[in-house]
Amino acid sequence: MKKKELICVICPNGCPLAVLVEEGTEGGPAFRVLAVEGEGCEKGPEWAEQEITHPVRTIASSILVEGGDFPLVSVRTDAPIPLGRIFEVMKEIRSVRVTAPVKIGDILVKNPAGTSCNLVATRMIRESNAS
Amino acid sequence: MQTMKRDVVIIGGGPAGLSAAVAAKESGCEDVLLIERDRILGGILNQCIHDGFGLHRFGEALTGPEYAQRYIDEFHRRGAEAMMGAIVLSMDQNRGLVVSSRRGFIKIDPGAVVLAMGCRERTAGAISLPGTRPAGIYTAGAAQNLINLQNIMVGERVVVLGSGDIGLIMARRITLEGGKVEGVFEILPYASGLPRNIQQCLHDYDIPLHLSTSVVNLHGKERLTGVTVARMDPNLRPIQGTERFVPCDTLLLSVGLIPENELSRGAKVHMEERTGGALVDDAFMTSIPGVFSCGNALHVHDLVDWVSGEAAQAGGFAAEFLQGGKKFPEPSVRILPSDGVRYVLPQQVSGSRDFILSLRVREPSRDRAVRVRDGGRKVAGKKMGRLHPAEMVRIKVKGEKLQGARTLEVSVE
Repeated sequence: MKKKELICVICPNGCPLAVLVEEGTEGGPAFRVLAVEGEGCEKGPEWAEQEITHPVRTIASSILVEGGDFPLVSVRTDAPIPLGRIFEVMKEIRSVRVTAPVKIGDILVKNPAGTSCNLVATRMIRESNAS
Repeated sequence: MQTMKRDVVIIGGGPAGLSAAVAAKESGCEDVLLIERDRILGGILNQCIHDGFGLHRFGEALTGPEYAQRYIDEFHRRGAEAMMGAIVLSMDQNRGLVVSSRRGFIKIDPGAVVLAMGCRERTAGAISLPGTRPAGIYTAGAAQNLINLQNIMVGERVVVLGSGDIGLIMARRITLEGGKVEGVFEILPYASGLPRNIQQCLHDYDIPLHLSTSVVNLHGKERLTGVTVARMDPNLRPIQGTERFVPCDTLLLSVGLIPENELSRGAKVHMEERTGGALVDDAFMTSIPGVFSCGNALHVHDLVDWVSGEAAQAGGFAAEFLQGGKKFPEPSVRILPSDGVRYVLPQQVSGSRDFILSLRVREPSRDRAVRVRDGGRKVAGKKMGRLHPAEMVRIKVKGEKLQGARTLEVSVE
């Protein structure tokens, strides 16, 4: 048994969680959660379980736009992706070009780096007036 | 010079100004004019492309641009007017504004004004950084603007000074964009950013956080070549012999924000030293009748959700002031920060209405209570499992409880 200290990232409260874990079985996740302490709400233990077994994150970045009133459109993943795959997704984000106009919520890339999320636009880009 | 009479004029088109404008409209004011110097509305939210905004206000984690767009849509839906690319040059003691606009100078005579100019970052000069002045030194927000809006990468090997939220978020952003963040250095013995940002911006990417450590020298001629860091003693003085050189080409500063109040000072609005903003009452009215203040121009907030809420109140009061129907009684009760409290807001109240007391504590602590007292009498309070200087505390205070009170003191007990 081992104790792991985590800071819950679900909301700005950032509750410090103490998670009691044991080594996982072969082929499965590295750790198994036995108990969680320190949570401010029911989302804490749920998140800790996820964080210990399969940590995931939502990421935000931006993609180059051609012909827009700004050179970049900000994007985010519409679902959390495994923590370990962030840099693969970033690589794809950097290689993509889109064309203005873009609306908030437009799906700009489907399943980047083979993940099950999409990259959606988080800002509006108008067509540039300049010819 | 062109002159115009307007009802409610809002200075600043960031989250505070937008929310104030929407609320003024909602409160029945027909003529609401917002003045913004940028070419787009939304203010700093436009460059805050990370998510986590709106959990209190909308019950979901939005990115900055998404949060802004909700208010921009509402602003237009309600028919408020925005004057873009215009800057207010001065305000006089009768609320008179001089504006430099695209169509030349304009004099505006407003029925009420809402000051929503936001805040600025402290710079290298503001913290008296020693050493040379090479290229490669940015405030975290300036770097955020360059990277997120203009597609300009600031450097390859980066040191972040200060553990404010913008610095933490930029440490992650630079890592995602392929830069190497050598470390985040914080002069205080605790981080000043939100705990969850320490987790998801630093721990996730193995970026070291060095507490009680600061930058004591800068090196380089044309471009920054490195910084000297040293451990700090409890009086925040460098400990001799702990200096070490950290090679880097870029230094980001995340060392605090200052409310933007050139205009307020110009009009001789009474200021509050502790917040850096105007002194206000429970209607967010300043010492000039009909001039209201809100958002980061009033005091630096931790969450935009609270900015929106506070600005909505200020905008509503501005509309009421114009209608003249509801009275604005003289504030007769002063509120003072006491043990463990850095500032309180509002600083004076009328006792005629309920209000939210906002405050910040001096140091982190656990299992305490924040209490508002009139002498020995408890007027309001809140038990707090965790107190942190990075987080604003908000306490509801009932106006009726203030009868007979002259001075309230707020302390951590």
